[in-house]
Amino acid sequence: MTTELVRRPGLARIRLSRTKPGRSWLYLLCLGFLVLIVLLALLAPWLSPHDSNAVDLGNALAGPSGVHPLGVDGSGRDTASRLITGARTSLLGPLGVVLFSTVAGVAVGLAAGWRGGWLDSLLSRSTELIFAFPGLLLAILIVSIYGEGLTAPVVALGVAYLPYVSRLTRSLVLAERERPYVEAYRVQGHSGLQICLRHVLPNIAPVVLAQSTINFGYALIDLAGLSFLGLGVPALTPDWGRMVFDGETAIQSGYPLSAILPCVMIVLTVVAFNVVGERWADQVARRDR
Amino acid sequence: MNTPTTVPTNVPTSAAANVPALDIQGLHLRLPGTARPVLAGVDLTVAARETVALVGESGSGKTLTSRSALRLLPLKATTQGAVRVAGEDVLTMNPDQLRRLRTHTAAMIFQDPRAAINPLRRVGDFLTESLRLNAGASAAEATARATRMLEAVGLSAGALRQYPGQLSGGMLQRVMIAAALMGDPALILADEPTTALDVTTQAEVVGLLDDLREQFGTGLLFVTHDLGLAAAISDRVYVMYAGRIAETGPADALFNRPRHPYTAALLNSTPRPEAPQGRLAAIEGQPPSIQEELTGCPFAPRCRFATEICTERMPEQLPVPDEPSHLVACHHSDQLAGSLIDA
Repeated sequence: MTTELVRRPGLARIRLSRTKPGRSWLYLLCLGFLVLIVLLALLAPWLSPHDSNAVDLGNALAGPSGVHPLGVDGSGRDTASRLITGARTSLLGPLGVVLFSTVAGVAVGLAAGWRGGWLDSLLSRSTELIFAFPGLLLAILIVSIYGEGLTAPVVALGVAYLPYVSRLTRSLVLAERERPYVEAYRVQGHSGLQICLRHVLPNIAPVVLAQSTINFGYALIDLAGLSFLGLGVPALTPDWGRMVFDGETAIQSGYPLSAILPCVMIVLTVVAFNVVGERWADQVARRDR
Repeated sequence: MNTPTTVPTNVPTSAAANVPALDIQGLHLRLPGTARPVLAGVDLTVAARETVALVGESGSGKTLTSRSALRLLPLKATTQGAVRVAGEDVLTMNPDQLRRLRTHTAAMIFQDPRAAINPLRRVGDFLTESLRLNAGASAAEATARATRMLEAVGLSAGALRQYPGQLSGGMLQRVMIAAALMGDPALILADEPTTALDVTTQAEVVGLLDDLREQFGTGLLFVTHDLGLAAAISDRVYVMYAGRIAETGPADALFNRPRHPYTAALLNSTPRPEAPQGRLAAIEGQPPSIQEELTGCPFAPRCRFATEICTERMPEQLPVPDEPSHLVACHHSDQLAGSLIDA
């Protein structure tokens, strides 16, 4: 099977070397980083040294110190605490996007690929319509209708990411349904729906999950971008994208730390998700060979 | 067909035991975009407990014929004629009846077991799923039957918990055979079941199929292009050419006294280890393309007995004198009356 995952140009092209040992340590490093981030997010209330919203204006923009290891932002809030607590919304949002786009995309792709005919035409054309509309614009549109909050941008981006998953699923199903085992099940008297859900779906799942892992990184960027534009999470919520937005004025005053650190977290997390996702996709491709 | 059939086994009666496992009458099958039918009037019967071989080269329609018994036909195929499995017409069944047929009455063994078994499911799941989901059997009943069937094909019950990747090709083909037997079918279709296996495994699998056919009383239609195998395993043989039955009869009569030039040529081109070194004998030319209309005998352009009548009129299937069950469709079958083989 030769299935190319959907990758945006540039980002996913980071390949240190083609040799396996070289890729292996990068993969392990990225996996370790992701585990760390997830643990930080889960244990945030116990790990963050200060209340992430405690304002101390007298101490604004102070550099790293013993009390505040990563310094404080323009309102005197502890950057380390905001980064740790911010990991929660920053990961929860993309998780919602990925869950929504995967479940809906797989449903659409299965129906289109398995049933074929007019249903395939209808679903494929409709999802291409979504493709034609930039995801971020769609999100801005929906946020401007429904107001700030996490739900609206997550649903909007979920819809925007659906075509990536549904297209991939459809092409996988088309390849899978030609395989002899599908016919062997038919001969045993199984109905098409049974074969599709019980046998074809598990066989294509690894590739779809690899794509969703990569999508997670993109969704993180898009949501951070929305937050940076002030359209994502509400003002006081700690969130990496929001922190970049809040730190913007501090950069102009010559104190860039509170804006740069969340940027670094976003970039590292997205790269890690890409590397892990691609590695999984490669493993699936190798299994099929 | 309106030609009087003289095959003695082909007498459908009300008694279930005498109903042939498979009875194909005058099957025509057309595909869109072809100039002539892919199958043009195929008559074929497989009695209960009988092994019938269907031989022919690639594209002769032997696979389509065998698949018609399960109605596994190309999407836009149009059919005429009747295909009866255990007395029921497959071509007119509704989806429910068709599923029941596929679960219980007829089963198929595929060429490459490695491709035909879902690699993600344990062997036990593969064997029992059809009974559990489509026949309403409980998991315990289905597993008990699966264990018995695995033992019948010479595998231990331990294979139930293994994944297809952990079994060899020969063992997987045994699993495939066990799966075919799960629904206690009246008919098993084996579409070149040994092609993907090595020679020693082939012999085992063929012997096994023959034993099981006897033991379970099923009819077996064996599709192959291996004439030696067909001669060894089958009671009767059908030779197909360009969508028609060229010759049919008891295996020994057909292989020792072929009456159709195509059968004779096929037998002649079988490689023999004791023959002197040199080029392998082959039949000159190519089978007619599916885009050609046929007026006469489809084999005429490659036949050394061909005369004018062969290109003008389609030969009818007629019994060979003194051999009522040996039918041949050739204008010049009498010219082959003397043994040409081993000449």
